[in-house]
Amino acid sequence: MALLARRNLFHDRIRFAVTLTGIVFALVLILIQFGLFLGFTTTTSNNIDHSHADLWIVFHAVSYFDTGRTFSERKYYEVLSTPGVQQAEKYMQDFARWKKPDGGVENVQVIGFHPGSGLGEPWNMVEGDALDVKLEDGVIVDELYKGKLGVQKIGDRVEIGDHRARIVGFTHGIRSFTTSPFVYTSFKNSLNYTNPQSKQDDVAYILIKVAPNFTLDQVQKNLRARLTDVDIYTSAEFSRRTRFYWMFTTGAGLAVLTAALMGLIVGVAVVAQTIYAATMDHIREYGTLKAMGASNSYLYRVLIEQAVWSAVLGYAFAMVLAHFIVQSSERGGALILLPLSMKIGMLFLSVFMCIAAALVSINKVTRLDPAMVFKG
Amino acid sequence: MTSLAARGKVITARGLSKLYSEGATQLRALADVDLDIYSGQLTLLLGPSGSGKTTLLSILGCILRATSGSLELLGEAVTSLPEKELPRVRRQTIGFVFQGFNLFPTLTATENVELALDIRGIRGKAARRRSDDLLCEVGLSDRKDAFPSHLSGGQKQRVAIARALAGDPPILLADEPTAALDSTSGRAVIELLQRLAHRHGRAVVMVTHDPRVLSYGDRILHLEDGRLIREEAAYAMPAIVSHVPARHAIPGFPDNFSAEF
Repeated sequence: MALLARRNLFHDRIRFAVTLTGIVFALVLILIQFGLFLGFTTTTSNNIDHSHADLWIVFHAVSYFDTGRTFSERKYYEVLSTPGVQQAEKYMQDFARWKKPDGGVENVQVIGFHPGSGLGEPWNMVEGDALDVKLEDGVIVDELYKGKLGVQKIGDRVEIGDHRARIVGFTHGIRSFTTSPFVYTSFKNSLNYTNPQSKQDDVAYILIKVAPNFTLDQVQKNLRARLTDVDIYTSAEFSRRTRFYWMFTTGAGLAVLTAALMGLIVGVAVVAQTIYAATMDHIREYGTLKAMGASNSYLYRVLIEQAVWSAVLGYAFAMVLAHFIVQSSERGGALILLPLSMKIGMLFLSVFMCIAAALVSINKVTRLDPAMVFKG
Repeated sequence: MTSLAARGKVITARGLSKLYSEGATQLRALADVDLDIYSGQLTLLLGPSGSGKTTLLSILGCILRATSGSLELLGEAVTSLPEKELPRVRRQTIGFVFQGFNLFPTLTATENVELALDIRGIRGKAARRRSDDLLCEVGLSDRKDAFPSHLSGGQKQRVAIARALAGDPPILLADEPTAALDSTSGRAVIELLQRLAHRHGRAVVMVTHDPRVLSYGDRILHLEDGRLIREEAAYAMPAIVSHVPARHAIPGFPDNFSAEF
């Protein structure tokens, strides 16, 4: 059975190449679309996921990270005196205008954090140190955006919101989901860049580390009892809200998921067509098997084995191609993530897709009249 | 012609009829056929095109259901068996040999035979040994690794016979196995089928149009318009092989018939 399945599949190499091409095309399409989706969702919530904070205090009804509205700094002191709060840090997020050395202007997203606090700091530092933002006008950007922001090295000078700024470090791989790159600086500097005319006592977020003997739920309740006009989320909750907003409220995620679904449908159609054509080419052989006494389940196993072979080989080629595409796109703005769980899931999806495609052929051989072997 | 094997009745058919429906029209392919087939005999089914030979062979082989009548194979009433039981009956009881060989072109001779064993759950070394034995029995030991495309017509048919013997079936059904073969190959095949009947005690039923094989049959059953019109024993046939008058004893017998392979 296994031998027949393999021989029939591999015998016509051109047909098999067409089958594999269809499967690879479909799988790469699905992999890249899901990888993009995962990359997008990860990017949207990157700052939350890497904040090391247990809880986020946000202005009431703020639905995602990038629209942080400011509220009075007084709440920060109320937080500090709340039972169960081990550490609380002020955190700023706002958009500002970045004036490049050559005079060009870009929008940036300024992130203000407390250097050395361990909460809300930039990660993946490749040049400089996060503590260097303590220096006057010190800022950190991602090396991905060097060209866009017109800077090349530590010490380069620019202007943010008509205030001077100096590059003190670079990160690697911190992409922004919006077109505005992140600029990390101290909370104090960030107020100058984002809201120079304000009373300088606002915060966009308060990041909290919960004391060891308290649960997140307990501290959330304690904070809710004391604070008004703010919401208190765990990092996971706020991350989820942010991702959900970008992926589903804006339609960006739906577009990517729809493309992935289209890939799946195209894949099933292509594989179904090629496996069906291969079955029809060998239909007399299936009739002969039936006449010889092979049960339908025996024939199904032949077809399913062919489908599984197609799936596994198609998957292997698709993974190689997808990795090549991912590596090629790494220097671009889009992040495509292919985690191990997705790779394993794709293997199962490939097998499922090919078996689903084989159902048309299975239906054909089920209805096959073995008496056909006596005809011509 | 005397069988060396003991003769037992392996097929009992009574009142077999087959109607094909095409819209409002009904075509009677078989009409009330009574038939007994014995082990150790080569039985030839003879008749013009459309006489019902292949339909009868298909019903005897349990791949077609009779519209009415009863059929017993080795004492088992197969007409009353559910559809899903018929593959088992075919595996255990019947071997098929087809006019067009129906070998699997992507498998070697050995693998073709092993596939028939695989269907019966025999795999690995046991299958390889049995396959070698069967190919040896049909005289193809030296061609066992050849693909069908590299075999002559006669060799292909002998591989098909080896495959049909894989399940050691008591009944062998052959549909015009010599029709596509030259005289030498045809003789080798019919002699092989005869040997399988006489020496191994199998019941071999063979549909044929081929007058060259008539002298090899133990019984000749004549079908016409779906009816079994006449039966002849082999000893009545020698005249057919060598004398012109006997040709006319068989309906549809060609005038330019040559008795020699």
